Amino acid sequence: MNYGIVLPEIWMALGGMGMLLAGVFVGERSYRVVALLGLVIMAVAILLVVAPDDVRAAGWNGLFVRDAFSRFAKVVCLASAMAALIMTTPFAEREDMNRFELPVLMVFSVLGMMMMVSANNLIALYLGLELQSLALYVLAAFRRNSLRASEAGLKYFVLGALSSGMLLYGASLIYGFTGTLQFDRLATFLHAHGGVEIGLLMGLIFLLVGLAFKISAVPFHMWTPDVYEGAPTPITAFFSISPKVAAFALLGRVLIGPFGPLAAQWVQIVVFLSVASMLLGSIAAIGQTNIKRLMGYSAIGNIGYALIGLAAGSRAGVAGALIYLAIYVVMNIGVFGVILSMRRKDEMAESLDDLAGLARSHPWMAHSMLLFMFSLAGIPPLAGFFGKYFVFLAAIDAHLYGLAILGVLSSVISAFYYLRIVKIMYFDEPVSGYDRADRPVAVLTLASAALLLFFCLLPAPLVDNARAAAAALFPG
Amino acid sequence: MTDLPILSLLTFLPLVGAVFIALVQGEAELVRRNARNVALMTTTLVFLLSLVLWFTFDPANPGFQFSEKREWLPALGMTYHLGVDGISLLFILLSTFLMPICILASWRAIENRVKEYMIAFLVLETMMIGTFAALDILNFYIFFEGVLIPMFIIIGVWGGKRRVYSAFKFFLYTLLGSVLMLLALITMVRVAGTTDIPALLAFHFDPGLQKWLWLAFFASFAVKMPMWPVHTWLPDAHVEAPTAGSVILAGVLLKMGGYGFLRFSVPMFPDASQAFAGFVFALSAVAVIYTSLVALAQTDMKKLIAYSSVAHMGFVTAGIFALNRQAIDGAMFQMLSHGIVSAALFLCVGVVYDRLHTRDIARYGGLAHNMPRYAAVFMVFTMASVGLPGTSGFIGEFLVMLGTFKANTWAASFITTGIILGAAYMLWLYRRVIFGSLEREDLKGLLDLSPREVLYFVPLILLVLWMGIYPKSFTSFYGASIDRLVASVQGHALARNGN
Repeated sequence: MNYGIVLPEIWMALGGMGMLLAGVFVGERSYRVVALLGLVIMAVAILLVVAPDDVRAAGWNGLFVRDAFSRFAKVVCLASAMAALIMTTPFAEREDMNRFELPVLMVFSVLGMMMMVSANNLIALYLGLELQSLALYVLAAFRRNSLRASEAGLKYFVLGALSSGMLLYGASLIYGFTGTLQFDRLATFLHAHGGVEIGLLMGLIFLLVGLAFKISAVPFHMWTPDVYEGAPTPITAFFSISPKVAAFALLGRVLIGPFGPLAAQWVQIVVFLSVASMLLGSIAAIGQTNIKRLMGYSAIGNIGYALIGLAAGSRAGVAGALIYLAIYVVMNIGVFGVILSMRRKDEMAESLDDLAGLARSHPWMAHSMLLFMFSLAGIPPLAGFFGKYFVFLAAIDAHLYGLAILGVLSSVISAFYYLRIVKIMYFDEPVSGYDRADRPVAVLTLASAALLLFFCLLPAPLVDNARAAAAALFPG
Repeated sequence: MTDLPILSLLTFLPLVGAVFIALVQGEAELVRRNARNVALMTTTLVFLLSLVLWFTFDPANPGFQFSEKREWLPALGMTYHLGVDGISLLFILLSTFLMPICILASWRAIENRVKEYMIAFLVLETMMIGTFAALDILNFYIFFEGVLIPMFIIIGVWGGKRRVYSAFKFFLYTLLGSVLMLLALITMVRVAGTTDIPALLAFHFDPGLQKWLWLAFFASFAVKMPMWPVHTWLPDAHVEAPTAGSVILAGVLLKMGGYGFLRFSVPMFPDASQAFAGFVFALSAVAVIYTSLVALAQTDMKKLIAYSSVAHMGFVTAGIFALNRQAIDGAMFQMLSHGIVSAALFLCVGVVYDRLHTRDIARYGGLAHNMPRYAAVFMVFTMASVGLPGTSGFIGEFLVMLGTFKANTWAASFITTGIILGAAYMLWLYRRVIFGSLEREDLKGLLDLSPREVLYFVPLILLVLWMGIYPKSFTSFYGASIDRLVASVQGHALARNGN
């Protein structure tokens, strides 16, 4: 048994249980202690993930693998979860959500994500995914007495369970037709057998459908806007970053690794998911008036761009998608930081019109939001442009010209609604001001803005790491 | 040449000023005054610095000078590369020259959110200089697109009544063109394996591919230029933008399209440029005649000048794609001259707009009586716009017609009518605003040009006359570079006919 390769996961599991104990023993006012503990545990987990070299190591009867790819995804998941937890704390204390289970659930869902991205077997994949999802279902409905939050939690649970069922069904078909659940053996099997059996193909499709639910790709996106709108804002922020990265990384590993030999089949599906997500995301967002809902549609559109990289099926494509997601995470942390600061007399404002004249009432918040919006729209020199540049680079490389053209066109459409937010903030007359923003949230927002602005000065660290991570998925 | 990274300094000095303005806090009036002063000082300093380029540039060398190259993203072969040749040098000087004038023109006209306004202009200057100085195609794209952000804010925040509509139209139109160029640019990088512009200039693309790439670049530059029929964003943007915004739009931003043609489309896709020359001639001829006629029908001063810009840019595109020495020389000169003249005309409109807050031509008349200095200044620029010999407008138009006539007689004859129509609408505008009897009461109270206004009009007038009387001091800068450009295009044509 090679305990070394699962050390970060073991640490997280023990840490999560420790947090539970701490929560029970401290009793009243335990939230702060447990949240702080959660931050420390995740910070240490990042160190544990980064410390070993990135040589591929598989263990536990091939259930589990550690490589540069899982390292990259884990770092992004952990860091973004830490940001989400920091943003949650002031909100939770104000909105009477400060029960110690909240950080515990976040830690466990991150543990699930870490298992997902390191899974090397369909069962391990399913276990990680379910651990993550179950924690998320509870988080969505964490504000028990809010009707909207309960509705969101229930909707998320029902649709999520459906997708998990499909994924399991797909896994069983794959097992039935290949006789193995393990990724390496699947790849060997598919290499050896030239033709594609229809049953295996069905299995692959069910598996893809299940994962498409998790990354909210069209046409499996229906839950996203409702859950984004209904869940408490910091929880929405969490949903929009860490689980997206984990599910996408998982999708990448499954498609490139074991199903690499079937690329000709799944590329068509991924291209469709990508085009549909980009177009629906950008067109449906135009009519939104609630900013959380709008970010839900924006998430759908952005997953479409990341899928372009996957559709390219190349190292450059996977690297591009990872860069895209990492930058997207930073943008989302910033945007939700601003949304969390839209608070008037202790009431959260969520309508787009509530942003009116922000540039005059809260200039720094507005300037940051301006950067986030132009970055999301992919305007250089902001980081969002580079994310798009790398995925389009991969698409052109793979001769997916039609996909690239649809991609840039839908980015122009989506620019419209991002610009509309800028317009509301800068061109409209101010409404009454907001309460003072919480310091940790403000710091995170400004830090994200700075990261996006200065990314162009030093792109190498992110790009090089993403390229190394992508290379790990391709044998030889 | 020198160790001083002068182009980087030029490009990023405005940003330093912007950061400085952003960080100053305090009493509102103090912050405002500080923002104005810092912006003026920064832009003046940048202009003086750019004069160093003017004096140390070697006109005999057709290649890139003042090169700076640094690693940026080694894994993907991306570099940070700046440099100028004769073509880009004068555009940089045009930008740095117009910026202090813009700041002066906004001195009293902008009272609202002065700090943000000045920051937006300084960021804009960085992007403009960067666009012309970039020698890595990705650097170019970043600066080229980056212009959109400050310009969107400038039109949208400090613009007129329909500013929101105009700002969106401007942004989305240009973005749509540019993203297609981005894909073409990526394709070029994949095929040629480099992002370096000098290397791409030396690379020969397959003629079949050239056509697609040419069309994608055309989509971007034609919108920026703007060419008929994708010009419709321009009148809206011009009319709604504040005066200084219009000055920069007409003076520099439109030139980015022409610069793009000269830097990318013509030298990198010479076969496609020759193949599509007829298409460009047709669009240019329509642009010249149609927009001139439209200009005749305008009742808004800024809109009239905006349409005249489209017509003048028609000359430029025809000249560029005539692909001979005279025509391209003329197109370059026309761009520089238009950069000065149209900028000055928008400033002239700004002068009366600041006083009366209307641009309706019918509201004016007889200004010669109480604003003689203004009438004289306006006269100089009207004549330059019409192309009177002795002013800068004449040289460019004449050279373009001469060169285009050689390439395509029909195109040249159609375009020539634009000169007559141009004289008609400009003189008519001038007559209605300046001459006639001074009847309206509110017009009688208007004051003539203030010293501050004289201060920014004088250099413009001198420059227009200098360019008109001794054009060689300008053409000599880009002559060698254009010679090389024309030689390479014709070399391609010979090689193709030989095979």
